Amino acid sequence: MRREHIINLVTLAVLVVVPLGAWVLDEPFIITLATRAVIFAIAGVGLNLALGQGGLVSLGHAAFFGIGGYAMGILASHAQAYAPLMEWPFLIEGTKSMPIIWLVAVVSSALAALAIGALSLRTSGVYFIMITLAFGQMIYYFAISWPAYGGEDGLVVYVRNGFPGLNTLDPIQFFGLCFCVLCIVLWAMSRVQNSAFGLALASARQNPVRVQSVGIDPYRLRLVAFTLSGAITGLSGALFADLNRFVSPTMLSWQMSGEIMVFIIIGGVARLFGPVIGAMIFILLEHVLGGVSEFWHIYLGALLLMIVLFAKGGVIGALAGREVAHD
Amino acid sequence: MTDIILQARGLQKSFGALRVTDDVSLEVRSGEIHALIGPNGAGKSTLVQQLTGHLESDAGQVALCGQDVTSLGPVERAAKGLGRTFQISALAMENSVLQNVVLGALGRRGGVFRFFAPVMKDRALLDVANNALARVGLRAQAKVRTSDLSHGQRRQLEVAVALTQSPKAFLMDEPMAGLGLEGAGQMIDLLRKLRAEAPILLIEHDMDAVFALADRISVLVYGKIIATGAPEDIRRNREIQLAYLGKEAEL
Ligand SMILES: Nc1ncnc2c1ncn2[C@@H]1O[C@H](COP(=O)(O)OP(=O)(O)O)[C@@H](O)[C@H]1O
Ligand SMILES: [Mg+2]
Repeated sequence: MRREHIINLVTLAVLVVVPLGAWVLDEPFIITLATRAVIFAIAGVGLNLALGQGGLVSLGHAAFFGIGGYAMGILASHAQAYAPLMEWPFLIEGTKSMPIIWLVAVVSSALAALAIGALSLRTSGVYFIMITLAFGQMIYYFAISWPAYGGEDGLVVYVRNGFPGLNTLDPIQFFGLCFCVLCIVLWAMSRVQNSAFGLALASARQNPVRVQSVGIDPYRLRLVAFTLSGAITGLSGALFADLNRFVSPTMLSWQMSGEIMVFIIIGGVARLFGPVIGAMIFILLEHVLGGVSEFWHIYLGALLLMIVLFAKGGVIGALAGREVAHD
Repeated sequence: MTDIILQARGLQKSFGALRVTDDVSLEVRSGEIHALIGPNGAGKSTLVQQLTGHLESDAGQVALCGQDVTSLGPVERAAKGLGRTFQISALAMENSVLQNVVLGALGRRGGVFRFFAPVMKDRALLDVANNALARVGLRAQAKVRTSDLSHGQRRQLEVAVALTQSPKAFLMDEPMAGLGLEGAGQMIDLLRKLRAEAPILLIEHDMDAVFALADRISVLVYGKIIATGAPEDIRRNREIQLAYLGKEAEL
């Protein structure tokens, strides 16, 4: 077995054992931390498709994270107020059902990513970073100035949404649900990485001219990747809002985009489990250092600097060595 | 009467005040190797880019099998059957050698938007890819990371990727540079046979290779084609010897 596989399995094991232990010891806060890590990991896996596989440095992924969050907030707040979203020309009611909320979150963030990607992907390099940032900020300010859904204060949902057969208010059950979503997303992503699309996308990152010369259009590859990436990050946004039972424009802020990117950089760019390890370390640091100092971000910054300078492949790169192309 | 596979008419290209391609017309005919020679900086690579659509021409037309492709970009021209190799290798360096040729086979076959089936287990693509590697002599390097290849091997891989395209015409920009004696010999053998599958516009510095392979030769100097003809004619042409061959001989 390759070293990276072993690291991945250990990561998953830690991610399961810690909250299970906390459950046995009756430490719900730890379970919540683990759930946060899982949800952030999903967001990072989403971004990693664009950033890692596609080489598309998007600083606007909070837009999709937030759109997923607002999909949950809007649907659930209408449901708890018994006020339909729309009565004419046809009736749309709110809902407290997670599967429906997820579907809405995925579709709406995918559409947003398609639109933003279609425009942004005409540019590259620094321009791409700036234009995705600009679109993200547009949506952020739109949410702030939209009083119907809480404006700056955001939306509070009183009771966590439901999933058939589960008591989602029980932290360990909600953790289990999020963990299953993460596993499904990771599995799907591993398939995508090894697919025809994955090969073409990774090749377009390394050498777009090469891809063109064999008759494949890099723009279309990137647009599809960006859309899928936004959809996954949107799904994690819906889960994150459900974890907090709260959604606010903070989820849409550029700092959030940066945080999602940080998970990937810590864990390892373009590595399947990079964002998973990165999110776990991030949560751990936030918890440990956040208790020591208000300015824990300084330590985080120092860590990032070290990684960028000395361990470009992140934690997985440092432990597993150079990527093996294929078996 | 021979078929004209690739035809350029009145191509122009300037970078600022520098006219790099100056009213170039040439044709590549079915079954031939048409060598394009000329001193460094003559504009050979620029001309190739114009033919493939990577550079937009200021004026002129390009036709492939009688069909005007001037308005098409590089992706469409590749899809219509223009296969090329680059002077400076353009390969996916982090990928394995095999992945690079599989990508070529994938581009040729289509079906890029398949998200779940493992592409490196696709028998049809692997057959095309392995066959191309075998023809350039890289079969043993299939699993090597491309960045670990020598310069010469990268050239061979460039040619292998072009082979996966089964193109209507090949454009090869110095495929033999850095190959060494043995590698160059193998490449000459390969290209000699290859012209039966599709004609080749061959840019090459190695005059021995050019005279060994070419059916016709065009000489490009300062963006202008100053002569086109059979190898013997070019060899005899004094003007060319002065402009190019003589200078080369002095080195
Ligand atoms: N993108 C570019 N911008 C400006 N000048 C260029 C560019 N590409 C090539 N040139 C110039 O055009 C001339 C021809 O270059 P090139 O086509 O590479 O020649 P060759 O392949 O015959 O050696 C050179 O003088 C080179 O400096
Ligand atoms: Mg050149």
